[in-house]
Formats: sequence, structure tokens, C-alpha cells
Amino acid sequence: MSDIPATPSAPNQHTADGAVAIGQPLPTAAGTEDGGLDQAMPTGGDTPAGRSAWRLALQSFLDNKLGIAGLVLVIAIVLFCFVGPLVYHTNQISPNAAQINLPPSTRHPLGTDYVGFDVLGRLMAGGQSSIEIGLAVAVVATLFGVLWGAISGYLGGVVDSVLMRIVDIILAIPSIFLFIYLATVFKPTVGLLIVVVSALSWVGPARLVRGEALSLRVREYVQAVRVMGGHSTRIVLRHIVPNTVGTIVVNATFQVADAILILATLSFLGFGLPPPAATWGGMLSEGTNYLYDGYWWAVYPAGIIIALTVIAFNFIGDALRDALEVRLQRR
Amino acid sequence: MAPVLEITDLRTEIRLRTSTVHAVDGVSLTVQAGETVGLVGESGCGKTTIGLSAIRLLPPGGHITGGSIKINGTEIVGLPDARMRQIRGGDVGMIFQDPMTSLNPTMPIGEQIAETVRVHKRVSHRAAVDRAVEVLDLVGMPRPRERLGDFPHQLSGGLRQRVMIAMALACEPSVLIADEPTTAVDVTIQAQILGLLDRLKSELSTAMLLISHDMGVIAGRADRVAVMYAGRVVEQAETVEFFDHIRHPYAEALLASIPQPGQDSQRALYSIPGNPPDLSNPPAACRFAPRCRYATDRCRTEDPRLEQDAAAHGYACFHPVPADDVRPEAAGLRLAAQARLRETRRTDADDLILDARNLVKEYPITAGLLQRTIGSVKAVSDVSFGIRRGETFGLVGESGCGKTTIGRLLVGLERLTGGQIVFNGADISALATRSRPAHGGGPDDPAQAGSRRRQISRLRRDLQLMFQDPYSSLDPRMRVGTILREPLVIQGIGSRREQDQRVAAMLTEVGLQPAAADRYPHEFSGGQRQRIGLARALMLDPKFLIADEPVSALDVSIRSQILNLMRDLQDRHNLTYLIISHDLAVVRYMADRIGVVYLGKLVESGPADTVYSTPAHPYTAALISAIPSPDPHSERGRNRTQVRGELPSAVNPPSGCRFRTRCAIAEEICAEVEPPVHSFGVDHYASCHFPLQRPVPPAGTDGALVRTQQDPIADRPPASGRLVPDTTGDAVAGQ
Ligand SMILES: Nc1ncnc2c1ncn2[C@@H]1O[C@H](COP(=O)(O)OP(=O)(O)O)[C@@H](O)[C@H]1O
Ligand code: SF4
Ligand code: SF4
Ligand SMILES: [Mg+2]
Repeated sequence: MSDIPATPSAPNQHTADGAVAIGQPLPTAAGTEDGGLDQAMPTGGDTPAGRSAWRLALQSFLDNKLGIAGLVLVIAIVLFCFVGPLVYHTNQISPNAAQINLPPSTRHPLGTDYVGFDVLGRLMAGGQSSIEIGLAVAVVATLFGVLWGAISGYLGGVVDSVLMRIVDIILAIPSIFLFIYLATVFKPTVGLLIVVVSALSWVGPARLVRGEALSLRVREYVQAVRVMGGHSTRIVLRHIVPNTVGTIVVNATFQVADAILILATLSFLGFGLPPPAATWGGMLSEGTNYLYDGYWWAVYPAGIIIALTVIAFNFIGDALRDALEVRLQRR
Repeated sequence: MAPVLEITDLRTEIRLRTSTVHAVDGVSLTVQAGETVGLVGESGCGKTTIGLSAIRLLPPGGHITGGSIKINGTEIVGLPDARMRQIRGGDVGMIFQDPMTSLNPTMPIGEQIAETVRVHKRVSHRAAVDRAVEVLDLVGMPRPRERLGDFPHQLSGGLRQRVMIAMALACEPSVLIADEPTTAVDVTIQAQILGLLDRLKSELSTAMLLISHDMGVIAGRADRVAVMYAGRVVEQAETVEFFDHIRHPYAEALLASIPQPGQDSQRALYSIPGNPPDLSNPPAACRFAPRCRYATDRCRTEDPRLEQDAAAHGYACFHPVPADDVRPEAAGLRLAAQARLRETRRTDADDLILDARNLVKEYPITAGLLQRTIGSVKAVSDVSFGIRRGETFGLVGESGCGKTTIGRLLVGLERLTGGQIVFNGADISALATRSRPAHGGGPDDPAQAGSRRRQISRLRRDLQLMFQDPYSSLDPRMRVGTILREPLVIQGIGSRREQDQRVAAMLTEVGLQPAAADRYPHEFSGGQRQRIGLARALMLDPKFLIADEPVSALDVSIRSQILNLMRDLQDRHNLTYLIISHDLAVVRYMADRIGVVYLGKLVESGPADTVYSTPAHPYTAALISAIPSPDPHSERGRNRTQVRGELPSAVNPPSGCRFRTRCAIAEEICAEVEPPVHSFGVDHYASCHFPLQRPVPPAGTDGALVRTQQDPIADRPPASGRLVPDTTGDAVAGQ
């Protein structure tokens, strides 16, 4: 496979004597903090005692109060939605005409809705689908958008023009009309919702990553790979994408929040999961029909939890951005 | 007379998340009106922090924790911000190293200067603009009134630096702090800017604090010198006294690590081992002790104080360098003379490892929606040279003259517009046109493309590139081990185990510990990173290494380490080097032969010592005279043949001789006829109508360098050989 020896002929016979020590041996590491090292300091100086870059980023994240608040909130919401139903059992399958629009009470802490479902239980159930779809959209849209943007930015030229015009076209589609149209043609399912929302969301990360790739591709380390004979695939996957990871992670966090908002909008426009499946957006849109009747519990709980979730993810995203920024600034 | 700037026992800290950097730790300095005080030291020793403290613009987390700074008698430590704003710009001006980051990119320069004036003086907008024109004129900006509307990015580096100076001077400050004002510009521009600062200082009798890491800059311009190390002043004296009787071992070593004109290039450079101490936890002993060759136990336990001797020469050292035998560069030479003698390399003039023939590179300039080509940047215009196996060839020239493009053409990062590159007997110029992604999408036959790619891969192994910037040349997200392994992985060499072994061996070879493989690049210093970059370039055991500005981003003390290392590796691995640099001193020290590039043309080439001592081309002579030397005697008496103006645009290069717009001895013919190549002895060529020495008819063998059998123009007389095209215009060779 190769005709170059994998180890240099006689690498250890003499270490690089770059610095000339005159008359005296080189100063040794003795006397520095690691004192007691009896091995001579290499001419290039000591290897720093490493502190992992990620640990520094984590440290910085943990120092960010809003970020922590966001994280705690997200964990609380996830527990609420996924563990809550195991503790707090409610009927979310069959409507109960006898229990329509009851105000909050000890039996129904947040009252019941227009078909008699317990609102608290329904928040939990609705949260599950909202969070699942939100996360799925963030993952799909980010993966797709990142690759699209990285390829576009790295290759540049004609490829870039074509790929970015496609992005422009997608951005030019008025999404509200698209949703209304889709609602009349298809019956929404979880899978379809993920596809539709992702199809509209990936352009964000694509543009961001393209911008970064444009500046990364002229970095010397990317050129170094070309001098070694590396392919574009390697450059994009091993160098460009990892170096946009900060941007990507931060953006993905915002994507979750955005997807949850879009889902709510979709439900509002009638393109939500059909009953009896529960979604926060669906609850909100149905609740607004009864707002004038004074049934506030049909609207506020769903509205507040959507807002809280979105804010929480945004806090996390902001804190991540700062943390990863600090990482690059050193220390 | 009271000093204009008086700093007493200044302590400045920078508080970070996990530690506190004691950037300035008890520094006292004074600057009188009309005086220039030079502040030298390695980067990170606190020079900039002193400057920023004096204008109270410290970075986030920065605090002055003790001492006093008086400007014109006013104590500014603790002064209210409103009052400080008046003093800043009004009484003290600062010139920063990088004008691009300190000028507002969205504002025309005229507005920026006028605004500064209006902050400090109650004058009309009109009067402020007039003042802007006046100071721009003062700093030598050509046609200042027309330039008022220009944005910073429209100006060249040298002009931007002039704008910065104009801005600092707009309100006639009594103190000017110039922080590395010429580090980012070429030697020719450096000489102009330093001359300008000198002139302004004496005309306006400003007090100037000139910060630089370059002893040469200081020697020629400063009245007094202060040397800093690790947050402290370690030596301070009047300039001539300082250079004549250097006392502190650090100052001595710093001086010795600069390649000097009298340097014997057969000897290794002196270099200071190790790195400066961590200022967040400075040792309670002599801070230089771990790197000092005179250090004793006392130095490692006690902290020397700055004390003055009879000649008002202050130094903080228990065992100062004896004051007797010293003459200007003697200190450097004395250390250098003790340095190890190297083997002499023998090269064969006929054995060319690389032959670059009539290289041409033009970048099209496109405009409009349809991306029509409206012109081209003539980055490289018909450059030819041959490099012998085992030698070091140096390319010098100002930034923007096309040096880097030549390097990139050779390794195939750019596509040739014309010409031919023969490497190791094979024509790789066809391969150098590996489709760049930006122009991708050619309908290549996949099988053919595949085999061509394999061929490229194979050839590329032997031709590697070392990059300039130790910060951007290593992927920040990869561990050093992965970075070094990558070339092997790409070329499919060895098993994982063998690769790891080779990484460890290579790290040892470049003077790092094998443990470095587990660290990320950002944990290393600039010099260490450059070692890693060198290791990466050598992973594939290349025969030829192109080093593009290998040390210009490094400190002087680290520079000599890397240069020595490069020479050691060259001897050990039988490498051929092409060293590209704007620093003629570095190139002369490293190279056997030198080529001087001006605006896309090779104007002179020849043996390093010959070119350096007896240049034939006026441009080479000007470059050499612009190099500041760390010897106040020669610097002061020097009659500088300054190059006027700046490098012209490569879009419309001057007709005839491209240097004619800046040449002191240009005549009419220079504008009309492209100068022919003359020979000035063995291997020494230059193209000029009025060379600085009399051409000699070429000897029988000297054509060997420039001619090979396949050479299409071999039949022409050698005197009109390979340096110029056979047409006088800028016709593009080849298609
Ligand atoms: N913004 C900053 N954040 C953290 N450390 C800094 C900052 N600026 C300077 N330092 C530290 O302060 C010390 C002195 O730096 P500086 O004054 O820039 O030195 P010099 O100008 O001599 O290169 C160094 O250890 C440097 O790392
Ligand atoms: S005090 Fe000692 S260690 Fe410090 S510079 Fe002087 S001789 Fe060197
Ligand atoms: S040819 Fe003329 S302009 Fe060019 S360097 Fe020689 S003398 Fe100067
Ligand atoms: Mg500095």
C-alpha cells in the first residue's frame, strides 16, 4: 500500500537540537511547577497541561444563569410531559360530554376542555408530540441544512449559485398558504408534520453554515488538506462541518423552539394532528373559540407552556453560543 | 523639566474567569518632550498593556491596581471617565499595530479624523475637516483632500497606518504611544513610517513611547531603551550606552537571536530556549531564570531589583553580562560565534529538483450580473527559476508582489495561467491544474480523472507546504495527533499503530513531547504550533518543502528556534527548501540562493551572500537598506535610500520596468523598454537598464542554472535568458 516507511529511519537517535545551548546543558524542567521531572525539557518547551476545550465550554455554560434556568426548565417540561402521565392518570381518548368546560377544581386542577378532557393531562400528552416533533425537526433540518450549506460554501462557484437559488426559492414560498393548501390535501400525521416543518426549516442552517464554510475554506488548515492530497468530501466532513459545530448546535436549539411555534401555528390553521391526538397548538386554537365565554383555562395553560418551552430553548441556545465563543477566545 | 509621561510602579492586572494575569508588575518609565523611548520585549510581556493603561482603554477584566501614571502632570489613575476622555486623544494619542481593526470600516477617513477633532475642540465641522486635510498632508498622504471620502479598506496597509497616525495627531497630543506601528507593514513602508514618526516628533516636539519587539527599529529611532520581560522592565539605558554595554542576559540573548548582517550563515542562530513564564502565577525569583544561561541558585530563589550603575544604566540581574568587551552587535556575534558550526551543503548546479519556467498567473476580475471579465490581476508575470537538489532557495519581496502565489502554484493550490513546472523530472503543471472546487464541474472521464488524481496524490507527497500563520493553519477542533496523522490517513500509509508511532517520533524530532499528540492546538504557543505545522509538512517524508513566511508571525526569540530547527531537519532529511519571506535578513541567513520578486517579476537572483553584499538591482539595494539593524552607530549615520511610495496595482502594472514608479534612478527608457537580464558573475542575474554594478559577460557554466535540455528558449544568448519574456509587453504566455 505504501512505499514510505511508517516510521522515520532513525528518529530517536538525536532529538531536534533547535535551540543551541552554549557551554551548558539546556535548562531542565526542574524548578518549574512540575519540578522533580528528571527528563530534560524538549527544545520546544513543555507540553501544556491540557484542559479540555469542552470542559471549558461546559464551565462557561454552567456559569450562565439564564442557560441553567433554561436547562432546568426544559428538563422540568420533559419530565412533566413524559413522566407526568405515569403519575397523573387521565382519560385522553374518549370525550366525556358530562365534563365539558369545567373550571379548575381539585379533581381537574386546570379544568376540562370543550370535549371533557382534563386540561392538565392533555398538556402532558400534547407536550409529548410537540417536543418529539420539535426535536425531530431540529435534527432533520439541521443535518440536511448543514450538509447543503457546507457543500455550497466549500465548493462555491456554479454549485453554490444553484444551491443557494434553491434556498431562495424555498424562502420565497409563503408558508401560510402552503400550509392551508396542504391542510386541504393531506391528513396530517406525525411523520408528515416532521417532513413539512423540516422542509421549511433547513434553509436557516443551510445559509448559516454556507457563510461559515465560505470563510473556513480559505483557512490554511483546509488548504493544508488539499496540499496533502485530501478530497473535498474529507474537507467538508472532517474540517468544515466540525468547525461550524458551535453555530450548528446553537442553531439546532433555536430550531426546536421554532418548530414548536410552527406546530402551534399549523394547528391553528387546521393542519395539526387530528383529534383525539393532543398538541399544544391544537389546544390553543380550540381554546380560543371559548375565550369569549370566559373559559380562560382552555387557553392560558397551553399558551404559557408553549411560551415557556420556547423561551427555555432560546436561553439554552444563547448560553451555548456564549460558551462556545469563549472556548474559541481561549480561557 | 518635568517629564510629559511619567509612569511610576505601575501594576495592571487582567482578571480572567479562572485566573488573574499580572500583565504589568511594577513598571516605572518616563518620557520627556521631544524624546523617544523605545520599549522592547517578546510579545505577551506587557508592552501593549502599558500603552493601554496610559490611555485607560484596558481590555475587559483589565484594572490598574497600583502605581501612578502622570500625563503633563495630571494623575490619570482614578481620573473620572469624562475627564479621561478629554485627555485621551487630546493629550495622549495612540497608534495601534493593526490599523484595519482600529479604524471604523464603515466611515470615510476624513469623517473619522474630523470627528476626533470635534470631540476635543469646539470647532465647526468645516474647520474639523480642514484640520483632517492638514494632518493627512502632514503624514504624507498624497492628495489628501481627494482622499477624505475613502473608506479604510480602499487604502493600502501603509496608507492606513498613515491615517491612524494622522488621527492620533489630529489634536496635537503631547504624548504619542506607538504600539508596534510597523509590525504589520513591509520593510520599505516601515522605513517610511519610522522616518515619518521621527520627523513628526522633532517638528511637534512630542514625547513618544515607541513599542516594538524589533531591536533594529528601536536602535535607529529611540533616545532611550527599556527592555521588558514578563511584566517588568529588566534593563533601561540611553540607546548608545544600552547597545554598547548590554548588561541583562535576556537583552543580550534577544539581540543575539536576530540574524544580523555580519552573521555567519554556516552557524546556528543563538536562541533562547523555552517560553516566557505564565504571568498569572509569576515565580518569586528572577523571571528569566529558567531560560537564562547564567542562572545560579540565587537567581532561582531571589528576585533581582532594577538598579542603576554609574552610567545611569539600569538592570535587574545578579550576574550581569560583563561590560567590557562589548560593542554594538558584538554581543550577538559573540554568542553566535560560540554556536555550533553546520555542515556545508554541496549542491550540483545541474541537478534541478524543481524547474519553474515562465510561470504566469492572472486572476480575472469580473463584474456585473453576468460576471463578465473586465481585467485581470497580474500576480505572477513570467517568472522562471530553478532550484537545485538539497539547496535552500529564498524568494523575497514586499507583500503583494506575488511570492505567495508562486508557492501556491508550485504545490498546485492555484491553476497556472501559463508556464510549466518540472518537479523531479516530471512535468507537474498539467497536474497542478487539478480542478479547484470553485471552478469544478468539468465533464472529465471518471476513470481518467481517477488515475490523474492518484498521480497527483503521489507527486504531492514529495512537495509539501508549510504555512505562515500558526493560528489558522491547524484545525482547532482536532487533536494534534489527529492533525499529524491526517496526511498518512489521506495517503493510506501504514496501520493505525504505525501512524501513531510516526506521530510520536515526528513530535520528538520537532522538539515537542509525544504527549502533545493528545492536546488541542490552542493549548500551544505560537512557536510550538509552528513546530507542529512543520511536523505535519514532514509527515509524508517529502523531498521538497515550501515554507511561506515560516517565522514572520513569531517573536524574534522563537524565530531563531524555528529557523535552527528547519536547518537541522533539512540536514537530516536531505530536504530542499523554498523559503518565501518579506524579511531579507531571514532569507539571507537561510538561503543559498535568493530570488527577488517585484510586482510579479523576478528582478534579481543570485547567491545569497553576493546579492546581499553587492546587489545589482536598485530594488534589492533599497530593500537591503531598509532593514533596520540593531546597531545605533550604523543606524544613525545611515544614508537611507528609501523606496518611494507603495507597490503599484498589479491590475495595470507600469510599462517597461515595473519598478520605475519608485526607482530613484529611473530614466525615460525604463518606461518604454522592459530591461534585459544582465549577468553579474556566477549565477548572479538582474534585469535593469542601469544596474548598480557593471555586468560581466556570462562565464561558460553559469547558464546551467537557467537552462536545461528541454528549455524552449535555451538557444537564446544567456544574457537575455530566463528572467524576462521575449516580448516587451505583458503578453500572456500559453493558454
Ligand atoms: N484581553 C486580554 N485577555 C487576557 N489576557 C490578556 C489580554 N490582553 C493581554 N493579556 C495578557 O497580558 C499579558 C501582557 O500582554 P500585552 O500587554 O499584550 O503584551 P505585549 O504587548 O508585550 O505583547 C500577556 O500575558 C497576555 O496574555
Ligand atoms: S538574575 Fe540570574 S537568572 Fe536572572 S537574568 Fe540575571 S543571571 Fe539570569
Ligand atoms: S530599469 Fe530603470 S526603473 Fe527599473 S530598476 Fe533599473 S533603473 Fe530603475
Ligand atoms: Mg503588543
